[in-house]
Amino acid sequence: MQRRKFNIIPVLFLLPSIALLLVFVYIPLIQNFYNSFFDFSVFSQTKTFVGFENFKALLADKVVSVALLNNVKYAIISVVLQVGLALVLAYILEDKLFHRVAPFLRVVYFMPVMISISVVALLFGFVYNPQMGLLNSFLELIGLENLKEVWLGNFEIAIYSVIAMSQWHSIGFVTLLFIVAIQKIPKELYEAADIDGAGKIRKFFSITVPQVKEAIFVNTLITITGSMLVFNEPYILTNGGPGFSSTVMSVHMYQTGFVKDNMGYASTLAIIIFILTAVLALIQIKLSRTGKDD
Amino acid sequence: MEQVIEPSVEKVIKPSRKLRKFSIGQFVTMLMLAAFAIVILYPLLWMVISSMKSYNEIFNDVWGLPSTWLVENYSLAWSKDISGYFMNSLFVTSVTIIAVLIIGSMAAFVLARYKTRWIDIALIFTIGGMMMNPQVALIPLFNILTSLDLINSHWALILTYIAYRLPLTILLLRGYFLSIPKELEESAIIDGCTEFGIYRRIYLPMSVPILLTTIVLTAFFAWNEFLFATIFIDSETLKTIPSGLMNFRDALRTDWGVLLAGMVLASLPMIALLIFLQKYLVQGLSEGSVKG
Repeated sequence: MQRRKFNIIPVLFLLPSIALLLVFVYIPLIQNFYNSFFDFSVFSQTKTFVGFENFKALLADKVVSVALLNNVKYAIISVVLQVGLALVLAYILEDKLFHRVAPFLRVVYFMPVMISISVVALLFGFVYNPQMGLLNSFLELIGLENLKEVWLGNFEIAIYSVIAMSQWHSIGFVTLLFIVAIQKIPKELYEAADIDGAGKIRKFFSITVPQVKEAIFVNTLITITGSMLVFNEPYILTNGGPGFSSTVMSVHMYQTGFVKDNMGYASTLAIIIFILTAVLALIQIKLSRTGKDD
Repeated sequence: MEQVIEPSVEKVIKPSRKLRKFSIGQFVTMLMLAAFAIVILYPLLWMVISSMKSYNEIFNDVWGLPSTWLVENYSLAWSKDISGYFMNSLFVTSVTIIAVLIIGSMAAFVLARYKTRWIDIALIFTIGGMMMNPQVALIPLFNILTSLDLINSHWALILTYIAYRLPLTILLLRGYFLSIPKELEESAIIDGCTEFGIYRRIYLPMSVPILLTTIVLTAFFAWNEFLFATIFIDSETLKTIPSGLMNFRDALRTDWGVLLAGMVLASLPMIALLIFLQKYLVQGLSEGSVKG
């Protein structure tokens, strides 16, 4: 391929990317593994080697199991709603019966995506507010006063309130992705099914689902990864509370490191998050590369 | 999106027949679609309406319209702190976008055009960055930025944002670059075009759609990023919108109207950007990549 003796361009062009990735992505990752064997704090930079103590502490840490469980709840609910329901929604919106309202609904469902998550979280502070909040006021309005809740202050409910907000924020977006995928399905498939007299539900399962299975798979991966990494929503809405009932791994790590100033153990928590997401990311990279070249 | 927007004339005649066929199932579906639309739309509408109400009105009459529309809540929010956060976000976001475009496209160009063992390694190295996430690197990054004396400066955000956006950007751009016909560059070489010329005169102009996708995705990320913005920036005057809004809320305490006005102001640039470039966002995302 290379006609010239030595071509400087590839080196020059790649250097900035490689340098940035090295300094701000890869070295921190390695550093994080190293840090997890030490006990240290932000300000006193003396590190004490503690071996596997931080990893042992993981097993004794009750918050970790609560946080992990909350991440799993996040993932399950998000997959059901953002992959399952969003696909059904996309199918309905692409149906001829609804073609007159679909363009409008698509825009409406997509709207929350345009709003940053910090604004959304502040807004849901108002929605969930126990005294004047929109949700409780609405329940009062339709006569379901007994369902009123302290949505973010109840141990049992707080995490679900946080998860609900994420669904509100993202479902329209995934719906749009599925609409794009459904529009690529050849129309003849549906026409053939019509001739065979297949109903709408039948067509959904035997044509739509198999035809967009790649999009389903990718969206599932992305949704699970997102659920394992989620930070902003619980941090802004509840800060993991009440107690640590709505905490997730990222919030637990942040509080351990930057609030309790226990950086070594926080690094160990970061490793758990890394392991949870790296495998999923690897599958995703593999997929996106096979689709492109060769 | 396009083909459905203009319902053709003959379709308009049909509904009378369709209407009779409207079964209970369809009616229920329609009802649910409408209910869902209200659930999505109402809180946003409430935010805009309440941003022009006083605290008492918001607290005592959640649903009502303001008795007087307090448009001055907006000028108050702007002059209080939002303008500063806004400008900071604007600066950080613009520099990040420009740098990601230049650095990412250069790398993608080389990775798409050459094929050696070293290039393969570089490809795995750059795209493998997608496996890393900011959360995991948070603590070491904090230390690295402190030792580079960059902590509590906009560069702490800009440099890390660029680094974490590069893998996805390179993946998307390289995929697009691979589809550019080889004949073009061959004839350019015959005309005496340099490598740099091929990059600048052929690859970049031919890739405008994917470059726009990159702009939308990067803008969205940089404007909304919260974790780094909260931890790397301490001083009030340097904060960007997401972390600034939290301070804004704490400082205002009960001045809810002004807070809501600030929230609306903070949202406007991305709404504008997405309205103009929506189709590029969808394109980038349907390439099978990542969610905001």
